[in-house]
Amino acid sequence: MSAPLLEVEDLRVRLRTPRGTAHVVNGLGYTVGRGETVAVVGESGSGKSVSVLALLGLLPARVATVTGAARLDGEDLLTMSPERLREVRGPGVGMVFQDPMTSLNPVLTIGRQLVEGIRAHGEVSKAEARERAAGLLAEVGLPDPQRALDRYPHELSGGMRQRVVIAIALSNNPSLLIADEATTALDVTVQAQILDLVAELQAEHGTGVIWITHDLGVVAGIADRVLVMYGGRCVEDGTVDDVLERPAHPYTRGLLGALPDLATSDDGDLATVPGVPPAPTDLPPGCVFWPRCPVRSDPRCATEQPPLAIVPTSHRDIGGGGLVHRAATWCEEGSRG
Amino acid sequence: MADDDVLVSARGLEVHFPIRSGGMLRRTTGAVRAVDGVDLDIRRGETLGLVGESGCGKSTLGNALLRLVVPTGGSVTFDGTDVTGLDRRALRALRRRAGMVFQDPFASLDPRRTVRQTVSEPLEVHGLRSGRRERGERIAELLELVGLDPAVADRYPHEFSGGQRQRVGIARALAGEPDFLVCDEAIASLDVSVQAQVLNLLRRLQRRLGLTLLFISHDLSAVRHVSDRIAVMYLGRVVEVGPAAAVGADPQMPYTQALLSAVPVPHPSLERTRQRIVLRGDVPSPAAVPSGCRFRTRCPYAFEPCPDVDPALQPVGAPGQLAACHLHGVVGRPVRRAEEAVPAAE
Repeated sequence: MSAPLLEVEDLRVRLRTPRGTAHVVNGLGYTVGRGETVAVVGESGSGKSVSVLALLGLLPARVATVTGAARLDGEDLLTMSPERLREVRGPGVGMVFQDPMTSLNPVLTIGRQLVEGIRAHGEVSKAEARERAAGLLAEVGLPDPQRALDRYPHELSGGMRQRVVIAIALSNNPSLLIADEATTALDVTVQAQILDLVAELQAEHGTGVIWITHDLGVVAGIADRVLVMYGGRCVEDGTVDDVLERPAHPYTRGLLGALPDLATSDDGDLATVPGVPPAPTDLPPGCVFWPRCPVRSDPRCATEQPPLAIVPTSHRDIGGGGLVHRAATWCEEGSRG
Repeated sequence: MADDDVLVSARGLEVHFPIRSGGMLRRTTGAVRAVDGVDLDIRRGETLGLVGESGCGKSTLGNALLRLVVPTGGSVTFDGTDVTGLDRRALRALRRRAGMVFQDPFASLDPRRTVRQTVSEPLEVHGLRSGRRERGERIAELLELVGLDPAVADRYPHEFSGGQRQRVGIARALAGEPDFLVCDEAIASLDVSVQAQVLNLLRRLQRRLGLTLLFISHDLSAVRHVSDRIAVMYLGRVVEVGPAAAVGADPQMPYTQALLSAVPVPHPSLERTRQRIVLRGDVPSPAAVPSGCRFRTRCPYAFEPCPDVDPALQPVGAPGQLAACHLHGVVGRPVRRAEEAVPAAE
């Protein structure tokens, strides 16, 4: 196996807040291969968004302390100079956020916003850049791309805007695309269009994708591997089949049980995870999930942090590093599968 | 269906918002047809799920049923009384019997009022449990009902999580002992594990209090889970309605089929093999609704009668299932050319 596109190692993010130091990301490690889709799932406050903002140097330096390593094509994003980061990040990484209206400038036309990105990272004339911009809009399925270039964001529907944001993210053929709840605000029909589009582009360009979402249905459809975050830690990771069909961590099981499921449509009460996620300023000692855990039994739960260990019953041949199914739990019950 | 089975009923309901020109005269140049001829019955004690994409008019329909917006046509009956033309006094009585749980528990609670003040407001307005002690007891009872510790009554909204705030919102809605509750995207802003808590709570409350619920959501899985029946809305019109199991498993209207097929399910093996119907294009503007069948511009099966006949809901599929689609036989009102602004006759 060749070197992965992105290699994140022991990523930690602390934020200074009025309520004390928030330990938002606590030792996260994963890799993304070329053409691979890694889904990062978790609830609000689990640190999933902050972890990618940290990779790209997008957290305010005054309040955020980021440690660890994040190598994109072998080069560490966390230690490079701001100038170098700009050179690498612009053409190398595309980013799509949840709300397209906050990513687009409301007073500039779609065309100007696309052309700006294209020209910032390549020697192209305005006319050429405009031509490319129109091509990109056609590629993301916007009707009448030439006219769309001269429109303002407010003239487009939510789905069309999000397509524009995706076009901007893809404008320099990035090797890595990061989507943070990119389809959460969209209707399911539009979401289906966008997911198809990303899959197509990925197959064509071999883009590595990090897809951050809380929607496990979306994950099932697009991910190769899944990483479940809770309290700033990865509590379980593995192939999409392992994690969703044979979840090993009590939290992952809780999440799946809490989901009303169109496919099985069982009419009983939904399983719930009692309580609420911990505040990052006040993480419990030991396993981050134990105060809410329905199966806690081990004396170590409350005192000792469980390591991310290979699930004993995972019957997969552990060849390539990426196929391992791991969970961070002391619960025997949890790992039996 | 016997009439006394139905608690809330809409007939030919229309809510049109005028579009005015910019000049001094502010002439009306058109209308956004948010709700455009809805026929719907909500039965006593049932949960009716209302689904559709953003902009289809589902929230406006919920508001119109509660008379929070005044319909521009058609009628709404609540427990046998036409509420379309009620005066203020009569409206107040309706408000006690019909409540609303809003989407955003951060925006729908006054940050400067304690939980006690928020929950007691409906009691004050309707003059219920006026004694100090009695009112305190009722508030404690309401908080307990929604799973909150009565000891938190004197706290402010910012001290609560999203799920807890939504419980406060539900307690407020229940204060007047309503028969009918509209939950408009009541779980949309909550995390998955908290959503499940609130969904379970709503189901429990409904059984215990015999409530009738209109559950408006864009989350089809959640709607399928809580509803007895499901109504599907497209561009201001209910295009399919029926028992939740039937609509969920065997939808008869192509729009419902596409909508359901687009919902991702958390099973990788299923997701990989599933046929998804991807609709072309965007929803047309409710200010320019296509003639005849309003779904025809995106429908994969559109054929001759679709632009010319406005399809009516007709029984198809399972017992109690209705769909407005010419594929099941051309039933409906022919489109007259230059047909516009026909005032509701009924």
